[in-house]
Amino acid sequence: MTWTTIIIAGILTYLTRMTMIALVSRDFLGSRIKTVLEYVPSAVFPAIIFPGIFMNDFGAFIEINDPKIFGALVAVIVGYFSKNIISTILAGLFSYWFLIFVIFS
Amino acid sequence: MLSKKKLFTKGMLDIFPHMLSVIPFGMICGAVGVELGFSPYLVYGMSILIFGGASQIVFLQLLSGGASNLVAIASVGIINSRHLLYGAVLSEYLEKLSFFKKLLISYFVVDQGFAESNKYFKRNKTEKFLHYHLLGTGCTLWFCWQIATLTGIILGSLVPEELGLKFAIPLTFIAIIVQDLKKLDHVVVMITCGLSSLLFFDAPFKLYIIIAPLIALFVAALILRFKK
Repeated sequence: MTWTTIIIAGILTYLTRMTMIALVSRDFLGSRIKTVLEYVPSAVFPAIIFPGIFMNDFGAFIEINDPKIFGALVAVIVGYFSKNIISTILAGLFSYWFLIFVIFS
Repeated sequence: MLSKKKLFTKGMLDIFPHMLSVIPFGMICGAVGVELGFSPYLVYGMSILIFGGASQIVFLQLLSGGASNLVAIASVGIINSRHLLYGAVLSEYLEKLSFFKKLLISYFVVDQGFAESNKYFKRNKTEKFLHYHLLGTGCTLWFCWQIATLTGIILGSLVPEELGLKFAIPLTFIAIIVQDLKKLDHVVVMITCGLSSLLFFDAPFKLYIIIAPLIALFVAALILRFKK
């Protein structure tokens, strides 16, 4: 790996951030597209969440009794009712740790 | 009307809880790079030049696994292409900024910062200096990311691997979208995206990370059409 590779990857990443903000005028997007953009968080983040839960480090599906599934469910429930980010993350982590260190150990 | 300083601070406070997952992930990122045998300077250089967690890890793993530079660069570009969607959403609120300021603020657009600032923007459309909220979330993320990756590079993996702290990443994003589970249309879009991401997980260049959102947005467009 060389600095050149990193710099090119960096420029490319910066372009993905900058293009729609600085280069493309908003009028260019039709009104239909603008309303669909409302859904961007719901349409993007599950692509990070699902593989993070259901895939292991080697890109294979985990088993149905994997502690990560339980941890994620607890996080969803706690997050839904508490509306608090820290409790959501901690509830997920602690329930996950409880399973791997106490129950399955 | 809130002052620039107040908005910046509000952004910092709004993003603060996410540091719970960002900091351990950054430390892992730094430690992994050194463990894979790369020079500490190169590994840290990525945190400044690329500044994107998942793509940095994939980049290192691909190169250490013998992939060509081109494959590694293409993968980083594809993983980070989701920023195009964030930019399209944010442009509504950043339209009036000068070209130079737009160039500057773009560097700080990151997943969690986009998500939290976008939530704030939607509720406070009339504020004049809204972009300071995005700067607040972005700069906080940037600063913590630098410190965390540096710590990982210098001290190695401080966090024991058995803790499985990578799991904090999906949890942080669950916290971001969980309130939208109240809306059926959003639930459909989320499930479409999630299932598509698993279906296309083996696609080359990590393409699943942009294919799944595009399919989900297409479904969202269909939903909007039915609603009318």
